[in-house]
Amino acid sequence: MNLRRLLAIVVKELRQLRRDRLTFAMIVGIPVMQLVLFGYAINLDVRQLQTAVLDQADTARSRELLAQLEATQVLELRYRAATPQEVKALMRRGKINVAVIVPVDFELRLERGDRPVLQLIVDGSDQVVQASARQLARFPVPDARGWTERVAPIEVVNFYNPERRAAINTVPGLIGVILTMTMVLFTAIALVRERENGNLEMLIATPVSPWELTLGKVLPFVGIGLIQVTVVLLLGQWLFAVPIRGSLLALYLAALVFILASLSLGIFLSTLARSQFQAMQMAFFTFLPQILLSGFMFPFAGMPQVAQWLAELLPLTHFLRLVRGIMLRDAGLLELWPALAALGAFTLVMLSVAVGRTRKRLD
Amino acid sequence: MNADDAGLPVIRVRGLGKRFGPVVAVDALDLDVRPREVYGFLGPNGSGKSTTLRMLCGLLRPSGGEIEVLGLPLPQAAEGLKRRLGYMTQSFSLYRDLSVAENLGFLAAVHGLPRRRARRRIQALLERYWLTDLRDQFAGTLSGGQKQRLALAGAVLHEPELLLLDEPTSAVDPQSRREFWESLFELADAGTTILVSTHYMDEAERCTRLAILDRGRLVADDTPRRLMAALPGLPLLVECDRPRQAQQVLEGQPGVIALAQIGAALRLLVADARYETALRARLHAAGIEARLVPGTANLEDVFVAATQRPRQAAGETP
Repeated sequence: MNLRRLLAIVVKELRQLRRDRLTFAMIVGIPVMQLVLFGYAINLDVRQLQTAVLDQADTARSRELLAQLEATQVLELRYRAATPQEVKALMRRGKINVAVIVPVDFELRLERGDRPVLQLIVDGSDQVVQASARQLARFPVPDARGWTERVAPIEVVNFYNPERRAAINTVPGLIGVILTMTMVLFTAIALVRERENGNLEMLIATPVSPWELTLGKVLPFVGIGLIQVTVVLLLGQWLFAVPIRGSLLALYLAALVFILASLSLGIFLSTLARSQFQAMQMAFFTFLPQILLSGFMFPFAGMPQVAQWLAELLPLTHFLRLVRGIMLRDAGLLELWPALAALGAFTLVMLSVAVGRTRKRLD
Repeated sequence: MNADDAGLPVIRVRGLGKRFGPVVAVDALDLDVRPREVYGFLGPNGSGKSTTLRMLCGLLRPSGGEIEVLGLPLPQAAEGLKRRLGYMTQSFSLYRDLSVAENLGFLAAVHGLPRRRARRRIQALLERYWLTDLRDQFAGTLSGGQKQRLALAGAVLHEPELLLLDEPTSAVDPQSRREFWESLFELADAGTTILVSTHYMDEAERCTRLAILDRGRLVADDTPRRLMAALPGLPLLVECDRPRQAQQVLEGQPGVIALAQIGAALRLLVADARYETALRARLHAAGIEARLVPGTANLEDVFVAATQRPRQAAGETP
């Protein structure tokens, strides 16, 4: 390993990167686009469920309660039904997801406090709706005298809060998804591009070693990856007020290890692919299991055993544990060592295989 | 300079072979290249020129045979040889999105040239190859001749003892080609041994020694002058008003090695003078008035005779 040669390759890569406008735009564009997409458009935090109300009591207190429910913004009281049949019809036609029924003896139930005062009818065909409406129904049943005090708006907000935290949960995960996409893709293309443009034939006729070439191509992207982490953290803070409860240093160290793991996966793909297009296909092939199985999309605990074993092999799974632990639960790196060790092992294996495959020959 | 007794060979190859699956690209090749020679590889596409050059600089591993370059065995000593060897690829292989100066700077660093020496060397090469004004231009925007000058500068940056060039002039105009060859002789004068592949006859003729390859086999190997002198046939010029018909009549006749129409005349290579009368009679019988006059041997005749020998042998069997 010759430092001067290594540096020459790093400088060359950075120069080429600066001149490749599209790649340069992607470095900043992908994090911004994804964050806005996942943060605003793909909103897993359910709001404004279309709701019909059947208020059979129609008293001052029942109207007040309904107004408070609407204030949570989870329900949007669009329809006022007169009969249970009308409610059923609305739901069947998909006009509403939820119906709120206020019984005739609402006042009496409220006085006695022995039976539910409200009935929530939920459209069971949508899992997300079902889940959030059920949580709404876990609303503490108010007892007779304390009703108006207990159903204060603040209490409703408290109920809603856990739901909001789940949404915040996606931003730390997004750091991992963004790094996976950009790091793997860029490096997968990197070595193949040298081969496709004929540069490799010139390079292997020089004293450059496979380690120098591989590391020289990887190192610039480490810096780029850390810049992307910073972009997502700043935007997350600014747009969504995502907290960073743990140490910033630990967070960056975890990101660094994950970046190295993703880069070595990319370099490995680069040694397999025959063309830049193939490299791109392979990179996308690895995205899917990472995004689906890592726990980013679906809760890890809910997956079947086999999927969990598979997920343990994926770097994103381990990074999600690290980043969620550090950002949301204020965990330290030492507490999360198994994930860190898994990422390190993944990097070493991938890099060794890749360097072993980068022979300095054309055949 | 007499190539036959100018010291130990720079390249010594015995029984070299390379196969890609069922295809034999190079077959039982023997080769001796001596210091300061400008040694040419002449052959049609697919004759194994590039494959041989790539094996000689360690880019490809031979399937059989022995290679010794600068006294070191290949492929074992490939890494050590890379400092002493320059290789110019057939297609432009420097970075198109780096400038002329950046490309050379990169190569200097990769070859481990000390900074001060690298700077001086790059300066000198930019001047020598008329690239000074283009130093900040991206390599991808250079013309064919400029690219090739840059590639040559890159290949000789580390002052290699041996320079291998794979069809270096295939994408440049005649003027640039002439200038390029002058640069090659200049390098040879300064002590560099040069191995260059080409499919241009005029370039082949300028080499101090020439190897003709055909379908992976070495079919001729000598100085161009001696190859022409030893031409195994007699070049004739058939002057007639219907050269196309004359060619059809003579095609495949005993003793005919090669036929080629040159303008209004027909160039004919026959095995020896014995066949001349029979061929003249043949043309007369076909109703073509023709005059057969002796031509002068050129390298193309040598090339055609060498690469078409199997066909001639087949034609001669009674």
